[in-house]
Amino acid sequence: MKTIHFSGAAAIAAAIAVTAPAAAQDFTIVNARLIDGTGAAERSNTTITVRNGRVANVGSGGAAGGTVVDAQGAYVTPGLVAAGSVLGLVEVGGVASTNETRSSKSPYSAALDMADAINPASTAIGVARIEGVTRAVVSGSPSGDLFGGFGAAISLDATDPTPLMNAAAFQVIDMGENGARRAGGSRAAAFARLEDALSEAAAYARAPARYGDGRSEDSLLTRADAAALSRVIDGSAQAMINVDRASDIRRVLQLRSDYPRMKIVLAGVAEGWLVADEIAAANVPVVAVPMRNLPASFETLAATQSNIGRMVAAGVKVGVIDAGGPSVSPQLPQQAGQLVAQGRIPGATGLSHEQAIAAITSIPADIFGLTRSGRITPGARADIVIWDGDPLETASAPTAIWIDGNEQPMTSRQTKLAERYNPANADTGLPKHYTRPR
Amino acid sequence: MSRLRMALALASAAALTACATAQADTAGPKSASSSELPKRAENPYASTYAPYGSQTTVIENANIYDGAGGKIMGGTLLIEGGKVAAIGTAVDAPADALRIDAGGKWVTPGIIDIHSHLGNYPSPSVDAHSDGNEVTGPVTSEVEAQHGVWPQDPGFSRALAAGVTTLHILPGSANLFGGRGVTLRNVPARTVQGMKFPGAPDSLKMACGENPKRVYGSQGRMPGSRMGNFALYRITWQKAVEYDRQWDAWDEKVENGTAKAKDIPKRDLQLDTLRGVLDGEILVQNHCYRADEMAGILDLAKEFGYKVSAFHHAVEAYKIADLLKENGTCAAMWADWWGFKMESYDGIRENIPFVHAAGACAITHSDDDIGIQRLNQESAKALADGNRAGLNILPETAWTWIGMNPAKALGIDDEVGSLEVGKRGDVVLWNGDPLSVYARPEKVWLDGALLYDAGSGMRPVSDFELGQPGEGDTK
Repeated sequence: MKTIHFSGAAAIAAAIAVTAPAAAQDFTIVNARLIDGTGAAERSNTTITVRNGRVANVGSGGAAGGTVVDAQGAYVTPGLVAAGSVLGLVEVGGVASTNETRSSKSPYSAALDMADAINPASTAIGVARIEGVTRAVVSGSPSGDLFGGFGAAISLDATDPTPLMNAAAFQVIDMGENGARRAGGSRAAAFARLEDALSEAAAYARAPARYGDGRSEDSLLTRADAAALSRVIDGSAQAMINVDRASDIRRVLQLRSDYPRMKIVLAGVAEGWLVADEIAAANVPVVAVPMRNLPASFETLAATQSNIGRMVAAGVKVGVIDAGGPSVSPQLPQQAGQLVAQGRIPGATGLSHEQAIAAITSIPADIFGLTRSGRITPGARADIVIWDGDPLETASAPTAIWIDGNEQPMTSRQTKLAERYNPANADTGLPKHYTRPR
Repeated sequence: MSRLRMALALASAAALTACATAQADTAGPKSASSSELPKRAENPYASTYAPYGSQTTVIENANIYDGAGGKIMGGTLLIEGGKVAAIGTAVDAPADALRIDAGGKWVTPGIIDIHSHLGNYPSPSVDAHSDGNEVTGPVTSEVEAQHGVWPQDPGFSRALAAGVTTLHILPGSANLFGGRGVTLRNVPARTVQGMKFPGAPDSLKMACGENPKRVYGSQGRMPGSRMGNFALYRITWQKAVEYDRQWDAWDEKVENGTAKAKDIPKRDLQLDTLRGVLDGEILVQNHCYRADEMAGILDLAKEFGYKVSAFHHAVEAYKIADLLKENGTCAAMWADWWGFKMESYDGIRENIPFVHAAGACAITHSDDDIGIQRLNQESAKALADGNRAGLNILPETAWTWIGMNPAKALGIDDEVGSLEVGKRGDVVLWNGDPLSVYARPEKVWLDGALLYDAGSGMRPVSDFELGQPGEGDTK
């Protein structure tokens, strides 16, 4: 039996470098300050056993054998699940050839499948991975029509060249102001468009071979888009509907009276707290951005960072998304940290530390069908992060990361740049171009 | 020439007081008596800000980051007459002072954001509110951010609740010469004049790189490349140098009594701003991402005889930190933004601490209405990343990135940026360690006046938010 005394990434990396096989490694983490991602209370001195890429056991006491990682009391969490992400779809946001999120000149909308565009070699994936992100739920943005196509879930495992997990798991739909703009200028136009498209999709589903027979030539939905939307109607793909204003949320919830099998995820939802009871009663999950507290538009007038806390208090299942950030890498822990901070302001509502961590791990995993992800419980995928401090503090960072039990490199293109220019390093006497950090 | 111009400004200010109205520059030829020469209105749109009512306040049992790199554990801060009157471990406070027991909580100076568009890109961000870029020509040094600031922007109140007490509003980066920036006190006001930081120098916003060449190149106009950017900088600065020379000659004649009204040079508002830069009265705040371009701008400044106060965004500042130090130019940066455009592709999380470690002046800035609420967290992030990379920067040192350093780069460091005796009483009492993600201000004072109090719910609500859903919420 071999024990790695955990004292930072270097020790782990060195130890693993000696022993790492290509396949997932069995190991045991001892002395973990565990927050398991389910919202359960933090537990100190925890032992996590990993076998065949899965969490075999979570308990206390020593390791039964094999490689042992001593976390020395450090925080251990599941890998973060980045929902609302563009990881793998964007290398440089402003360079169109490396930005797959919009397809404004395509004749297709709902039929677009982000799985076809994901690039696991994107440097943004490495940057996000060393921040503790192990899974991402990626999607494009509607550009021509209301529909943004199918999103997909990926693993960020550096050892896995085919990271796709769930393809075509959900369809992105813009309503509210964006939907109104895309549909021709009003919310009424957006709903007319949505309902027409869904009824066309229903017609397709009834008889695919006859789809389009007898229709006028100016039909507004292509066959491919109709086929894609038929999966929204029958519930085999979720509908992630971007909506903010309270009245728009109510109206979207009504869709299920016409399409009872439709599975809705509300996204954005800035004014969700005003209709939290109705969202809870409809049993519809929400993904929302914590850091929104400005009336950025007339549909987010009531935006507050108490939004998520108030919805959760009303019984809504809410995951965090980091959409709309300036960088392609998410700031999930910092976002979740705001929710804890908000609870400490008189008159505001936040989340507990454990709830906030659940909102960036198990909850988005559950909402988007990443079963067995985002939690450290027996049977779960061994996506595990050891931190050098409280995971939600901006000062903290991961020191070791496993995905499906595979030890991950703690480097990225950014760490190479930083190492090359680190003022603590001695001058080599040659241009920086000759310095190639590991 | 700077000193001469300053003397003239004082002289004409006195003249203005005497005759109460400003005369236009178009007066006809007159005799050489300087009292009859055309006068220019000095300091139009002047600040009308005056501190709000304050009481002598003593905050005891506080841990303090003083903003200048110092830390006091278990300290006391006395605010009297709106100013920092005393700070230390043993402070004599008047018996009638309002006593606040911080109970070991933290006190810092009010945060300064050197790069904000609150007011000129306000919420709601509808087209009708888009007043931050004069996108009609690449050289618009005649426009001023103050004329596009909407004081009812709800963003100001959010920044206040996050401990921001002073902020610099800049024109956007569409243009090579974007116009003048304005420094504001973060007080609710009906007018921008009511927010203006009295006596703070104006800035000139300049921009490098992708934005100007994209905006104008796409219209088939210059600049359409980085070459064009620099050519147009140089063409414009050359005009400014010649303009400055004409006015210097005129000022000299005024000084020695030989000036004749008919000889007064024609006034050009665009070049006036640039002359102010050449005279050191207007500070250049230069949007620039790439290291090689920043180096080019530093040479440009030498070529025409001005100084760059700070590079903004400066995503690659870490590559040229030595040049920044050498030139006395600050870098205002994000902690971790990167990848949103080609010129931000080489962003690293250690940018701020690496610049600091090289002995240059590092600043954490926001450029964002949400980011301005998190400048303490962003600084904490950068601090930790730097130390993880092997540096040894103290938390109290990191607070200079949102304290003294932006104050210096804005030319207001004799009044704000730190809790030194005699400075404005801009103070934040935090509910926890202010470098923690969980910390929020409990109370915020500007010039000793309590303007935000989380406990009592005292917070400003802009006219726009009255009668709207969520009015007066904790936000």
